[in-house]
Amino acid sequence: MPTTKTERLDIRQSDDVVRVRQLTRTYAVEVGLSLVDQTKIITAASELARNTLDYGGGGHVTVEALDQGGRRGVRLAFEDSGPGIADVEQALKDGFTSGKGMGLGLGGAKRLCNEFSIDSKPGLGTKVMIARWK
Amino acid sequence: MDRIPILKFGSALLVTIQVDMHDRLATALEEDLTAKIVEHNARGVLIDISALEIVDSFIGRMLDNIAAVSRILDADTVVVGMRPAVAITLVELGLSLTGVKTALNVERGMALIQGRLSESEADDADDED
Repeated sequence: MPTTKTERLDIRQSDDVVRVRQLTRTYAVEVGLSLVDQTKIITAASELARNTLDYGGGGHVTVEALDQGGRRGVRLAFEDSGPGIADVEQALKDGFTSGKGMGLGLGGAKRLCNEFSIDSKPGLGTKVMIARWK
Repeated sequence: MDRIPILKFGSALLVTIQVDMHDRLATALEEDLTAKIVEHNARGVLIDISALEIVDSFIGRMLDNIAAVSRILDADTVVVGMRPAVAITLVELGLSLTGVKTALNVERGMALIQGRLSESEADDADDED
């Protein structure tokens, strides 16, 4: 899939979650997502960035602007090398939380995007990919 | 650390969130507001979020917590100015903010708080009869 632009951000502290939101916004505007779709992907990015920080012990995100035969979109890949998620199915359910959140992060982020995939290995880390298309 | 200013407006407190809040700032606001409610004997809290581009689960939970704590301290919380795209996203995220009163703008929010105040004043008057 042709990537027209890409950028990588470290997620090490709570200010970085704000930076992830801002970068996602810049990309979402650039590919021409509607205001509602921008809001959805920024919100999803915020949830996932916080997960990376709080549960993954920090990591990074790669943001990409995509162009698939004229159809444009934004893709974000969050990666950490934290403890991983033992039961991904369980973690996607609303209300599941291992910490201070409301348990809406993963499942909520999935609902807010067109594409969602998660790859997590206990002890090795987690990679979550989301995309929103115009 | 930065703080979000809390203004006193009659018997209510007014908070206008104008920055993209990081989590520590949101937590600080929650603590500051609780202290100010007691300090000023406030009966209402008006939170204007019209400048917020998103409300994620953390900020949503902060709003819920503020409403719950202020209720226990006998103050009403009204969240005003939520953008339509934010409202759509919140519901899809799974957050319906059931414990939080909302109004379309500051004026209507203030009217809600004033309405409650005059009701309780009327009750007090009844008690005196």
